[in-house]
Amino acid sequence: MEAELAARLVADLAWVRPELLLVGFVLIGTLVGAWGGDRSAGVLSGGAVLVLIIAAALSFGQHPEAPLPVFNGALAIDGYGAFAKGVIGLAAAATLLLGADRFARSNARRFEFPLLVALSAIGMFVMASANDLITLYVGLELQSLAAYVLAAFRRDDARSSEAGLKYFVLGALASGLLLYGASLIYGFTGSVRFDLIAQAAPSGGIGLVFGLVFLICGLAFKLSAAPFHMWTPDVYEGAPTPVTAFFAAAPKLAAVALLARVLLGPFGELTDQWRQVIMALAAFSLVIGAFIALAQTNIKRLMAYSSIHNVGFALMALAAGGAQGASAALVYMTIYLPTTIGIFAGILAMRRDGEDVETIDDLSGLATRKPWLAMLLTALMFSVAGIPPLAGFLGKYVTITAAIGAGLWPLAVIAVVATVVSAGYYLNLIKVMWVNPPAAPLMPTGPTVALTAGAATLLVFPGLVIAFGWITQAATTAALTSFP
Amino acid sequence: MPLEIGLAHYLAVAAALFTIGVFGIFVNRKNIIIILMSIELVLLSVNINLVAFSSFLGNIEGQIFALFVLTVAAAEAAVGLAILVTYFRNRGDIAVEDLNLMKG
Repeated sequence: MEAELAARLVADLAWVRPELLLVGFVLIGTLVGAWGGDRSAGVLSGGAVLVLIIAAALSFGQHPEAPLPVFNGALAIDGYGAFAKGVIGLAAAATLLLGADRFARSNARRFEFPLLVALSAIGMFVMASANDLITLYVGLELQSLAAYVLAAFRRDDARSSEAGLKYFVLGALASGLLLYGASLIYGFTGSVRFDLIAQAAPSGGIGLVFGLVFLICGLAFKLSAAPFHMWTPDVYEGAPTPVTAFFAAAPKLAAVALLARVLLGPFGELTDQWRQVIMALAAFSLVIGAFIALAQTNIKRLMAYSSIHNVGFALMALAAGGAQGASAALVYMTIYLPTTIGIFAGILAMRRDGEDVETIDDLSGLATRKPWLAMLLTALMFSVAGIPPLAGFLGKYVTITAAIGAGLWPLAVIAVVATVVSAGYYLNLIKVMWVNPPAAPLMPTGPTVALTAGAATLLVFPGLVIAFGWITQAATTAALTSFP
Repeated sequence: MPLEIGLAHYLAVAAALFTIGVFGIFVNRKNIIIILMSIELVLLSVNINLVAFSSFLGNIEGQIFALFVLTVAAAEAAVGLAILVTYFRNRGDIAVEDLNLMKG
């Protein structure tokens, strides 16, 4: 009996190869860093990028026919998680590359940076395949704890420490809400496992709904969905720009994947109870992300509101419910991630007197100073504003179609109106770059940021547009096999 | 007649602790250390919930969950205090109302 259990656990190890690879890298990397100090930062950054890409490739390679519970149901290996993990791995690798380059240029290299990004990525991988409440919590905390430290990464900078502190306090409160919800769900269904919760959910009563709402609020905090978004602008502004780029990309997808997994797995039967909550979150995020961004003068704060607005689209797709909504959310985030990474690469490419460019006025006349960069950023801005034929338009199209398919007309109208408003500030950025008189000269750009911005632009158009059919099909198959 | 302590009593205590913890984070305007204590209070209320449910359901999972929460809470406190130390080095103060370099 025990030998059989041990054999099964060993066999399960083969399914978590991506996570094991990352864990092994972090353990060895910590020793290397402790031994070699900050001189080993370059090697560790390169290694982390490589390991993240391999982990992403391994995840893309896993697609079991039906969800496969491993480790006694603690994790589930399925198509949805595998797709999400692949994209998360690639996004984390890209932002790590940007950060390593930026820190090397300003002589602020630290070996902790690649290790913290890798640790956070492990947390995100666990989130994307969590199959019980304990794994959900541990994965989320692993991702968050590494992120708090990353936000406070510039130890000599008051704004960075303040960002870390605010992120920590509000993140810990969110974990508290989430845990309180989890404890109620456990109490009213009698299990922490998603499959057993799903069986008991229809008879859970009001206590279960209460717990579910708490759990959704906690996840909304992590996802920076309005009205739980207040930490986002401050943290985005205060954290070092490469870290902000990291926050804006992979963790958002991980949180969306986790939310989809929770809502459609154990609580699929309670769709009518949670749909109202998700719809409200989506509407608030869409509107607040569009309107408050109009008043911003700092690019990083602007990107924070932009990410709130974009999370609204993913939530709208989830509110549509079912496998179609889940696949639309996944497609939307897959298109949004390269766009936002590209925009941050563009921001990182602009440095003046050794400091990152931070205000919108600093972009003045970029087209005269750096025409190529201005063209790349313009394409990315058009994409995130949702202008056809760029990939961002296709993302908005699938989410709005999913919402209309589920009969959520009012939400779809709000989304369209908010998109038009948000186009206002994206177009304003483009106008500042092309029309306004040039500001002071910029420092020369390194190859890494230029290549990343270029690659992101090529992905936005024509890459993802051509691959759109394939991505939608892969995401739909993944969602259908994972949430039958 | 002696009062029988049932599940509802434990849940009420946990709910009260949770509320005190959440209010401690929002209402407190003085010291960041108090916020850290309030966070611990929230996590402890969750643990009371989990252990009470576990005992009344006759199911061990809740107690395992509580152990995980305790462990992660310790790690969280360590990270939080470390960030607080860097903040104090930069600002020379840990008053909540000074937490305002960024606004908007």
